[in-house]
Amino acid sequence: MEHYNMNLTVKVWRQKNSRAQGNFESYSVKNISSEMSFLEMIDVLNEELIVEGKEPIAFDHDCREGICGQCSMYINGKPHGPWQANTTCQLHMRAFKDGDTIVVEPWRSAAFPVIKDLMVDRSAFDRIVQAGGFVSVNTGNAVDGNSIPINKDAADASFAAAMCIGCGACVAACKNSSAMLFLSAKVAHLALLPQGDPERKTRVMNMVAQMDKEGFGACTNTGACEATCPKEISISNIARLNHEYLRAGLTAEK
Amino acid sequence: MLDAKIPSGPLETKWTEYKGHCKLVNPANKRKLEVIVVGTGLAGASAAATLGELGYKVKAFCFQDSPRRAHSIAAQGGINAAKNYQNDGDSIFRLFYDTIKGGDYRAREANVHRLAEVSGNIIDQCVAQGVPFAREYGGLLSNRSFGGTQVQRTFYAAGQTGQQLLIGAYQALERQVALGNVKMYSRHEMLEVVKIDGKARGIIARDLVKGTLERHFGHAVLLCTGGYGNVFYLSTNAMGSNVTAAWKAHKQGAAFANPCFTQIHPTCIPVSGDHQSKLTLMSESLRNDGRIWVPKKKGETRKATEIPEEERDYYLERRYPAFGNLVPRDVASRAAKERCDEGYGVGTSKQAVYLDFADAIVRYGKIEAGKEGKPDLGMDEIIALGKEVVKEKYGNLFDMYEKITGENPYEVPMRIYPAVHYTMGGLWVDYELQTTVPGLYALGEANFSDHGANRLGASALMQGLADGYFVIPYTLGNNLAEEIYSKAVETSHPAFEAAEKEVAARIEKLMSIKGKQSVESFHKRLGKIMWDKCGMARNKEGLQQAIREIQELKKEFWSDVRIPGSIDEMNPELDKANRVADFLELGELMCQDAYNRNESCGGHFREDFQTPDGEALRDDANYMYVAAWEYKGEHEWTLHKEPLVYEVVKPTQRSYK
Repeated sequence: MEHYNMNLTVKVWRQKNSRAQGNFESYSVKNISSEMSFLEMIDVLNEELIVEGKEPIAFDHDCREGICGQCSMYINGKPHGPWQANTTCQLHMRAFKDGDTIVVEPWRSAAFPVIKDLMVDRSAFDRIVQAGGFVSVNTGNAVDGNSIPINKDAADASFAAAMCIGCGACVAACKNSSAMLFLSAKVAHLALLPQGDPERKTRVMNMVAQMDKEGFGACTNTGACEATCPKEISISNIARLNHEYLRAGLTAEK
Repeated sequence: MLDAKIPSGPLETKWTEYKGHCKLVNPANKRKLEVIVVGTGLAGASAAATLGELGYKVKAFCFQDSPRRAHSIAAQGGINAAKNYQNDGDSIFRLFYDTIKGGDYRAREANVHRLAEVSGNIIDQCVAQGVPFAREYGGLLSNRSFGGTQVQRTFYAAGQTGQQLLIGAYQALERQVALGNVKMYSRHEMLEVVKIDGKARGIIARDLVKGTLERHFGHAVLLCTGGYGNVFYLSTNAMGSNVTAAWKAHKQGAAFANPCFTQIHPTCIPVSGDHQSKLTLMSESLRNDGRIWVPKKKGETRKATEIPEEERDYYLERRYPAFGNLVPRDVASRAAKERCDEGYGVGTSKQAVYLDFADAIVRYGKIEAGKEGKPDLGMDEIIALGKEVVKEKYGNLFDMYEKITGENPYEVPMRIYPAVHYTMGGLWVDYELQTTVPGLYALGEANFSDHGANRLGASALMQGLADGYFVIPYTLGNNLAEEIYSKAVETSHPAFEAAEKEVAARIEKLMSIKGKQSVESFHKRLGKIMWDKCGMARNKEGLQQAIREIQELKKEFWSDVRIPGSIDEMNPELDKANRVADFLELGELMCQDAYNRNESCGGHFREDFQTPDGEALRDDANYMYVAAWEYKGEHEWTLHKEPLVYEVVKPTQRSYK
């Protein structure tokens, strides 16, 4: 792979805290290697800001290998930036060229208030899981792991939904700020397994109710969520969610 | 000072006996007992959920924005369990034996046996929670091999096993949060242990969003805060992984055991430049199918694909025919370093070896062709079929590799090099996972107990969940049974006040330095000292030098660090400074421990102690002990030794030939 260096202009959303008014600031960064990750480029910029006596840019990040789901920013208007099926931390600078201007913003959604600069509060996702995103089984009650065979296709489909990293890019990509892809991934993960079956009606009803309470928008099936999802969670999960919701609504006994 | 409290009786009945006789707490009393859990990875989330289910009042803390993001999430390959579903000769004893041997005879027999005993329950529990493990067409669970074993006992979910297990534990935790049994504090960092009358009775935590300090009471405090590999700056750990909670405990009297036992993982993506912020692991499961090699010619300039078969040195298969590419991590890492040091390394830095899937692709392709009844397919078609199989097994890892390096590992071999991955050392705990401070416990990677001097692949997830789901619920109860008369202490107690004052003073001191150098620059320099002198190979002089350099660096840090912003706000630079200050002290202790241990064992390789063919040379007569260090003051520790008694396994020179 050929390497090259580049000089860039980075326009970043700066906001002191959740109450403050934010604004864009422009910074120029020099000699950025194409081998760097996007967050390493921000590290370089931050080190320069610190030396200059300015405040570095606050952003969420942790594992830097695309699995913890903590990094969350729009890069040139797209959640997680230009690459397909990718998180911000796995985006590398070879995606850009010398002289580019890159615009960086935090997730924009009423349900994800800004904490500082590029950091947002995604605890709404935790509360949606609290509403029913689990199997009610206490430790110690389990039967042997092989006592219930699970059809491989169902297990694989469940896993494909369970791969969701809870980053919130689906919400950020949606013009309605809908959390349907996130929610549907959890509902599908559990509904596809026999272990999740006993609670499938209450789970879907409660989780949808919580999602509505958190202030996420409605789903209008534009598919932006699926196109943006770093883990390629399929929009067919939303169809499954609707099916589960309808079924629960029609057959609920309480 | 060290009483391991190992139950008497034969090894295989110790845990059963313990459970049969330990004290219990009745449900009404559990509601009055408060437990603090710090960290929400596999150990913390499983412990908090399980203790909540039992009825304790639990408070759980994590510095991330959600408990689901703890670094257990990044574990790739799998989790071991002695289920013997494959009928290939596995058993509890064999898992126990492999772990003791893999740890180079520096782990406690009783703890490891218990770990093997509960391993099967973990799989059952996770399946019941809806963890979507990989399955065979018959609907049963699938297994694969990992290093240091000759059976298939590793359960997995593609290359995302840690994620799936953590989501399982996280969901169990959130269920308890919804039920009101657990109160969750995200974006909080523990900065002190509060002791009253010698017992751990709470913590001081900082709300990272508001920047304020908080006091929290607990009848017991559980540290489930992971390992300290980030002392090396570059490691496979997450950026936020830190030693702070464990270090505060250490300074409050908890002994730190075997701090120098660090695992260097053989298969990571090599460093590409000075800007590097972290290293990415390529799962050990890849060694099931990938073959590791370097060119036979020094300073080879041809591309990997242009080097003919007979000019390649499959050095692991050559040196260790019995285990081949599946030797344990310490052995594989040293072998890679040896080849690169000798001048056979590849890539621009020459600090890399190849991990090649070409053979596996052809092998799988032929199997698929056979299945489809097309034995006479051309090579191109066979390769295409084989790539599909490899993609299903390791697709996410291959994608990750391509994103980072820009190279396609289906076409050219991966370049890999060892990197810091896991720390076997940690807070000293007894059989009940209690540290030397009463009421203070350490679970998972944060403790030292189960992996000796080297951890086998797929055993970290096993240990974290064993401690949280199946060990602590019993051992904590045994101790809390004595506390049913102790009322919750008001956090206005002078001990809380004093602890909070101390934390506040330290933070103010850090902020008032207003020096010139960034926190990151200090961390990088510490990392370089540690990697060069206390990394994959260590020697006496180097370690002495490292101790001096770290002491100097610490002084410089406390006089010239620059932390922008203020205390009473979200301030990631301040958070980092708090952590790096502790790493600077830990680094010195690690070198001290490595200097003290005049032998090589597992991940601890002293160049002055090796066999003629370059293998680790243990000294069982003098060093068959756990080195537990007691903090005495700045740069001062007292060494306590816990002798390791092997009643069942006979320690021998480890051989994978």
